[in-house]
Amino acid sequence: VSLFLDERHDLVILVVNTIQKDLRSDNYLVVCAALTAACRLIGEEAIPAVLPQVVELLAHPKEAVRKKAVMALHRFYQRSPSSVSHLVSNFRKRLCDNDPGVMGATLCPLYDLILEDPNSYKDLVVSFVNILKQVAERRLPTSYDYHQMPAPFIQIKLLKILAVLGSGDKQASGNMYMVLGDIFRKGDTASNIGNAILYECICCISSIFPNAKMLDAAAETTSKFLKSDSHNLKYMGIDALGRLIKINPDIAEEHQLAVIDCLEDPDDTLKRKTFELLYKMTKSTNVEVIVDRMIEYMINITDHHYKTEIASRCVELAEQFAPSNQWFIQTMNKVFEHAGDLVNIRVAHNLMRLIAEGFGEEDEGADSQLRSSAVDSYLRIVGEPKLPSSFLQIICWVLGEYGTADGKYSASYIIGKLYDVAEAHPTDDTVRAYAISAILKIFAFEIALGRKIDMLPECQSLIDELSASHSTDLQQRAYELQALLGLDKQAVENVMPADASCEDIEIDRNLSFLNGYVQQAIENGAAPYIPESERSGVVSVGNYKAQDQQETSAHALRFEAYELPPAASQASISPTTDLVPVPEPSYYKEDHQMSRSQPSGDSLSGEFGLKLRLDGVQKKWGRPAYSSSSTPSSSTSSQQATNGGVSSEVGGSTSSQARESTYGSKRQQATEVSAEKQRLAASLFGKADRKTQAGRKTAKESSSTEKVATANATPQPAKEQVIPSAPPPDLLDLGEPVSSSPPLADPFTQLEGLLGPASASPVVSETPASSTSKTPDLMSIFSDDVQTGVTSGSTEPSLGVNVVAAKKGPSLQDALQKDAAARQVGVTPTGNNPILFKDLLG
Amino acid sequence: MIHFVLLISRQGKVRLTKWYNPYPQKERSKVIKEVSTLVLTRGPKMCNFVDWHGYRVVYKRYASLYFCMCIDAADNELETLQIIHHFVEILDRYFGNVCELDLIFNFHKAYFILDEVLIAGELQESNKKAVLRLITTQDNLVEAAKEEASSLRNIIAQATK
Repeated sequence: VSLFLDERHDLVILVVNTIQKDLRSDNYLVVCAALTAACRLIGEEAIPAVLPQVVELLAHPKEAVRKKAVMALHRFYQRSPSSVSHLVSNFRKRLCDNDPGVMGATLCPLYDLILEDPNSYKDLVVSFVNILKQVAERRLPTSYDYHQMPAPFIQIKLLKILAVLGSGDKQASGNMYMVLGDIFRKGDTASNIGNAILYECICCISSIFPNAKMLDAAAETTSKFLKSDSHNLKYMGIDALGRLIKINPDIAEEHQLAVIDCLEDPDDTLKRKTFELLYKMTKSTNVEVIVDRMIEYMINITDHHYKTEIASRCVELAEQFAPSNQWFIQTMNKVFEHAGDLVNIRVAHNLMRLIAEGFGEEDEGADSQLRSSAVDSYLRIVGEPKLPSSFLQIICWVLGEYGTADGKYSASYIIGKLYDVAEAHPTDDTVRAYAISAILKIFAFEIALGRKIDMLPECQSLIDELSASHSTDLQQRAYELQALLGLDKQAVENVMPADASCEDIEIDRNLSFLNGYVQQAIENGAAPYIPESERSGVVSVGNYKAQDQQETSAHALRFEAYELPPAASQASISPTTDLVPVPEPSYYKEDHQMSRSQPSGDSLSGEFGLKLRLDGVQKKWGRPAYSSSSTPSSSTSSQQATNGGVSSEVGGSTSSQARESTYGSKRQQATEVSAEKQRLAASLFGKADRKTQAGRKTAKESSSTEKVATANATPQPAKEQVIPSAPPPDLLDLGEPVSSSPPLADPFTQLEGLLGPASASPVVSETPASSTSKTPDLMSIFSDDVQTGVTSGSTEPSLGVNVVAAKKGPSLQDALQKDAAARQVGVTPTGNNPILFKDLLG
Repeated sequence: MIHFVLLISRQGKVRLTKWYNPYPQKERSKVIKEVSTLVLTRGPKMCNFVDWHGYRVVYKRYASLYFCMCIDAADNELETLQIIHHFVEILDRYFGNVCELDLIFNFHKAYFILDEVLIAGELQESNKKAVLRLITTQDNLVEAAKEEASSLRNIIAQATK
């Protein structure tokens, strides 16, 4: 069950009851299974239902149960921290458990708790150090050794915890130095697990308060990692080096060649890790080389997620360490040119503001030079194809604001460039909006300076076009531009002041300039304005009612989870007693028959169906009563084990069906791909048609299962008998319980009869690969045989099968004529067949 | 924390999946396809770690199967590599020279073993003997249940004759 459901599935509410019963079982294996399922299925809503029992299991005599209980509580903590906040002391107690497995499992929740609040657990530092010392001195049982390394996973977990606890704490770190030194000395670089421990040691040392001796040992180990031939160890070495240079930047200099080798390695993983290291060791002296490498790598990768990350890092490094304005602009251009659509839009806005305000220095000359270089580079780039949209937005904005600021270029030239941008991207409204706004700014600046500027004919037509655009935003901008052209110099200066894009705008919160209008409206009889606080009061009342409803709903949910099964059981028993009085010996016999039917699976159920049909309505009513009455008796442990076995088999069947479905799906894809010739296409299309019919039968089976039989008892069993045996997957499933259970006299005969069709179906599935026109006939023959073999005397199913067989002929004949015609005709029978089949059987 | 475990054959077929976070069915298929493509295209001498959507996929090839685990980026990759090896060693002891067919025909046993080794995305038991002891006890329990069901079936058969 836990493989197919997760905590958000509605069926989990039904499973909670089963888990609760299993948690109370006296068989510790069942308790373990329940805890494993609880970790997966119990969500935030259901945690209160099982939490008390899990807490009790922390004191269970079996160490396996205690261990799983700790893991379950850890999962509950992850899902809903508030539910288990009162249980953290239990984790401390389990840390002292005499079984190392339970102690190891306890480290997982403790690690999460310590991550959130390290200060509350400083008192455990000595305990952790002692445990680590015992492990290092091989005081744990030898069964916990792993490749001659004592309990390596516990060591790694402890080192992680100590790293968090010792961060920035000199006193706590002081307790750790000795045991860390021991681990370094005993570290074995020959095995992977030894290297894992050493790496975790380096992480710990780089996190806690610095110690010169420890850092030397860490540097030495890192050096071994970097010089290793294994790519895995190089990867760990690069990572360790990245952690150590935060503390001591000089360590990196010794390994420059190794780092360069990793940088040029064809392995992407190693390269990315190296870039992370370079990102950490960037200075103003090496930023140009590093960022160039990053950009060059960024151009080649196709992983959008990592491309976004590395572009952001390039931008950040450039902003932080730019040696010159010229270099900065060029770098930004490269980043936006190749990853403009992936970079955060905030980066673009920051770049614009940076160009507008400079680098924060008071040097106006430098700022002007920055803007000039930006304008120069953008004018060069703007003609290139396939620039990202966000990059074009920046270009338009900068050209609009500063294109004519230094008098280097004429307004007509800039406007022409902006017009080209708008024309080249007719579908990108955002870029066109930026372009038109930029043109507007240039016109405004020219008018403010008292110069006359001639409107290009293309620009005029562009403005006319945008005035009639579908986008209201573009319309507004076009109309604004037209209106601006009609204003005089004084008005333009007020509307569009130069170099004011980053000035603060004063906001009149009270909107006092509107008081005149409000007063006038009130005098005319308008209702006065109701303040927001009064309206909020009304809304809060509504919220209160909603909360009340939620509480009622929660209460109802919990009540239903507890009370439903006994009530249903009682309700089922009463009508049966009234309608069908059954003697006691017969009751016992029926109960055993039900028990027998479960392990054998579908075949015995079919047999039972036969009996029901022969006996008529009376037996049909009796069956559900016995089924529900057997539920209380399933509380015994042996019965639970039997149910577990059956459940396992069912799971196997489902997985088998899933694989069958996967195989069928792949075959269908192959059919579509290899449609090269008309004959082959027609033949394959015919095969697809039959598959569709098989799918329809399966769907019908599901729908028939869902129906509730009341008056039509006789045709219902007949229908159930016919449908399950038709699809090949069901026949394959029937084979599985046959091989797993010892055969009996009567069931064996029935199963031998079923084995024939089961073995024949694979032959049928293989035949279509070699023959073309004979395939449908063979399919009809085998289908007919299967139906006849299963049904003893009824004629209705045979008639239905004949109708289906007759329908196949015309469909295939039409398929041989044309592909298009074949498809159209193929759809129609698929739609009609289920209806006819249903009517006949109904 | 381990987010999911995948066993993929060299032809890209999925042999075993285990998800420790709620993933919708569509997303699972997408994840399997992406990770399969990512892992199968890497050469034998490359790192056994690969970045994937901000996480790390640690993988290891044993005969014809790739064992893949997805972990957080901050986790210890070598440790996860050893957890994979730990799992494989337990499978090997249980099945005896384990191969792909063992996992195909006894996948429910493989899931039991995986549930004993990992729980809620964390390593639960690093003691191989403890894991094998539990699995053996479970097997005995299942066998006993089958025998009991078989004896019940015999009694019913005699009664109906």
